[in-house]
Amino acid sequence: MSVVEKSKPRSFQEIILRLQAYWAAKGCAVVQPYDMEVGAGTFHPATTLRSLGSNPWAAAYVQPSRRPTDGRYGENPNRLQHYYQYQVLIKPSPPDLQELYLGSLEAIGVDMDLHDIRFVEDDWESPTLGAWGLGWEVWCDGMEVSQFTYFQQVGGHDCKPVSGELTYGLERLAMYILGVDHVMDMPYNDPDALIPLSYGDVFKQTEQEYSRWNFDIADTDMLLKHFEDAEAECQRILDAPADDPKTGRRIIMAHPAYDQCIKASHLFNLLDARGVISVTERQAYIGRVRALAKACADAFVQTEAGGAAA
Amino acid sequence: MADLLLELFSEEIPARMQKRASEDLKKLVTDGLVEAGLTYESAGAFVTPRRLALSVVGLTDRSPDLREERKGPRVDAPEKAIEGFCRGAGVSRDQLDVRDEKKGQVYFALIEKPGRAAADIIAEVVPNVVRNFPWPKSMRWGSGQLRWVRPLHSILCILHDAEGAEVVPFDVDGIAAGNTTRGHRFHAPDVIKVNSFDDYAGKLAAAHVVLDSASRADTIWNDATNGAFAQGLDVVEDKGLLAEVSGLVEWPVVLMGDIAEDFLGLPPEVLQTSMKEHQKFFSVRNPKTDRIEKFVTVANRETADNGVTILAGNQKVLFARLSDAKFFWENDLRIAETGGLQWVEKLQNVTFHNKLGSQADRIERIAALAREIAPVVGADADEAEEAARFAKADLSSEMVYEFPELQGLMGRYYAAAAGKPDAVAAAAQEHYSPLGPSDDVPSAPVSVAVALADKIDTLTGFWAIDEKPTGSKDPFALRRAALGVIRLVLENGVRVNASDWFSKGYKGVDVADLLSFFHDRLKVYLRDQGISHDVIDACLAMPNNDDFTLLVKRAEALQGFVKSEDGTNLLQGYKRANNILSQAEAKDGVEYSYGADVKYADSDEERALFAALDTTEGAITPAMEAEDFGAAMTAMASLRGPIDGFFEAVQVNADSEVVRRNRLNLLSRIRTVMGQVADFSKIEG
Repeated sequence: MSVVEKSKPRSFQEIILRLQAYWAAKGCAVVQPYDMEVGAGTFHPATTLRSLGSNPWAAAYVQPSRRPTDGRYGENPNRLQHYYQYQVLIKPSPPDLQELYLGSLEAIGVDMDLHDIRFVEDDWESPTLGAWGLGWEVWCDGMEVSQFTYFQQVGGHDCKPVSGELTYGLERLAMYILGVDHVMDMPYNDPDALIPLSYGDVFKQTEQEYSRWNFDIADTDMLLKHFEDAEAECQRILDAPADDPKTGRRIIMAHPAYDQCIKASHLFNLLDARGVISVTERQAYIGRVRALAKACADAFVQTEAGGAAA
Repeated sequence: MADLLLELFSEEIPARMQKRASEDLKKLVTDGLVEAGLTYESAGAFVTPRRLALSVVGLTDRSPDLREERKGPRVDAPEKAIEGFCRGAGVSRDQLDVRDEKKGQVYFALIEKPGRAAADIIAEVVPNVVRNFPWPKSMRWGSGQLRWVRPLHSILCILHDAEGAEVVPFDVDGIAAGNTTRGHRFHAPDVIKVNSFDDYAGKLAAAHVVLDSASRADTIWNDATNGAFAQGLDVVEDKGLLAEVSGLVEWPVVLMGDIAEDFLGLPPEVLQTSMKEHQKFFSVRNPKTDRIEKFVTVANRETADNGVTILAGNQKVLFARLSDAKFFWENDLRIAETGGLQWVEKLQNVTFHNKLGSQADRIERIAALAREIAPVVGADADEAEEAARFAKADLSSEMVYEFPELQGLMGRYYAAAAGKPDAVAAAAQEHYSPLGPSDDVPSAPVSVAVALADKIDTLTGFWAIDEKPTGSKDPFALRRAALGVIRLVLENGVRVNASDWFSKGYKGVDVADLLSFFHDRLKVYLRDQGISHDVIDACLAMPNNDDFTLLVKRAEALQGFVKSEDGTNLLQGYKRANNILSQAEAKDGVEYSYGADVKYADSDEERALFAALDTTEGAITPAMEAEDFGAAMTAMASLRGPIDGFFEAVQVNADSEVVRRNRLNLLSRIRTVMGQVADFSKIEG
């Protein structure tokens, strides 16, 4: 732990950079955010798909995440419809994952001698991904700073070996470390930079714009149509024969199909934010997305990356 | 004799599973040891967030040697039979004895099972317990196959006595038993070597681990209440929360903090729910203002700054949480103050059940039904309808979306904010009651009307679409709803034929079928009150059996009567009369029900019965009209003597057919007169 920099970080981005450096030093591939709208870092194929099959894996990344129903027009001190998650996935889960995790908190300036860190039961289940795992929410002085999960099943498949997943809610964690009460006041870059920018400078306006669009403007008929299109395309991709006549290769298109699944999932979230999905319909929609996720998982485990013999 | 110390050291065990797990560990290990032939003096189990521990004191060193002699086949039995016998007994052919028996020479085997050392038995029992431990939810980790509640890191297992301690050697999925553990995650993370239970408990205490969960709970409660007392405050008692919090810490440190002034205007239930659900804080009340003004949080460690940083952090989290709650509350109040109409409108888009329409449709039905019910329960019909229309409005509120457990309660606050009458506001909260068999039943007429309408709409609706409970499946809690209706009616003494309500509920319901479901629930309910099933059946067979208040009044009186001496004997006489009558009716193919004439009576006993029936009938009829079951039973009791006397002195089957028929008609009067009170043929005994 002596290599860890003990000084306090000064900005949101410094916390991200320190996490990147820490997990890179621990041997993770620092992959980049997925270029699609997702509700959480778990949806990144580097987690969902790579937690399947027997191949070892270690990846860390930032993932912009969108939860339309959490929009508060940038007014709420800590609720955002667009925020960042930091995600680590290691397969098989190493025996010292808890210690590795605590080391990462220290790396971003949490003084282990002054704070109260607790692992509080929180079983994770994603009905849309057909996935579940056991673990905790990690509390720092009563605040949830991370989710810690041992994946047991993803897309209906048993995880063998088991992946350990860490998810940090970056804004909340950073606000705590930087001692900021309102997310919009948080320094985004260094406060002494030539052009110091706050989180609000970067995101306040977008929170307002998206909150209005999510809640009142989004065209629900169009979103519904898009949902159905994504669903159909996902199926069509998976229905295509594995043997590609053009290259003569066997190419199962698990990732392009999974992109459509991600799309359907996000469209469902948007429809939900518009309040047009009833309680009973909700279950049906979740079931439809789950069916796609399962089909994608089934396809992925047929591929080399998914552990099938080449 | 030696003592066993076992510790299973893992990543954090969910608080809610800890108590049960320590009990299971104790039972499974000691049962296994005893089954293998060991005995022990006492055993104790302990649990913290990171360890399950068991101490077994006074364990015998070995299981006893066992000798068993087993008789086998005759020496001339087929070879296969002899081989089978050897295999079963675990001996070879040349170890068999041959003895002379009556039927010839027979093989005998002497099976000797030498006792086993305690360590060998433990090494077998413990891995079995670990592999098959009954966690409510368990998991795999890494590349291993073992399942545990969270990753299992080490096993400490030693046998110790005055001479010293030895590790019991075994291995579970690559985890070898040893004699070490670790202390508190942050205060004392290093390896600790132990050689006895006392050594273990002592070293853990020094390493900031309180092994016993009860003493952790005591520390928390004492420190919290003392701290509050010093400031003239009370900690709101919450045993469930205390148990949970003591399962989250190995080294409890109690800290008390302030709730910012901005939030003291929130309803106390909102403060309490938010702090408990999200933060696991105890609420601290100021008895002078009756407000919740502070909180208690429990940290898992000491710090150089005496918890200042930790408390500040917790306070900040609470501030954010309560800001949310306040945001919801203020938004909700704004809507409530305009009458809450937009909430009700929003319920048009919320499906209650795909065959039963939206919540808004449901509210329409409940409002109509509440109007019908209102006069029967003494409520104003307009007020009942208004209450029904507002009762579900809070389901659209932001606060209830966040804290579903506050439904109803928030409705009450919002109804008050909307300027609704008190009775309407109370109904918003109370119409869900009673939820369970011991839950309080509302008594305010408007609340009763809406509560009944709500439940009857649910029941008739699901009945109409044929979604009745089957076996153990009751996904819509219809049994609970029916019991709720029964208790609302009985405890408020409501007089009504419930079938009338059922037929005014959801269209297309089979009223008779629903009523028989109610009767089943009523039987269960009355059985718990000590009324036997045959007494209930005797009352159910009477008219107006959908008037539950009348039904129960009758059943209670009848239960008292059949238990009395007069009742028991009268019942015998009734059964005798009924048997003779039924046989004769079957034989003759006629019903004897009319025209017994005293002029054919030829003995005093027979005439006495005629007279007694006249008197009793004269007393029962007005008593029944007045629903005075007590008076009716007393009048009936006077029949006992004359009936007994009649059967002693009189032969029903007289030679004269006229006399016989007259006597049968007389017996029929017993049935008719008593039948006004209940159907005694249903009563056993």
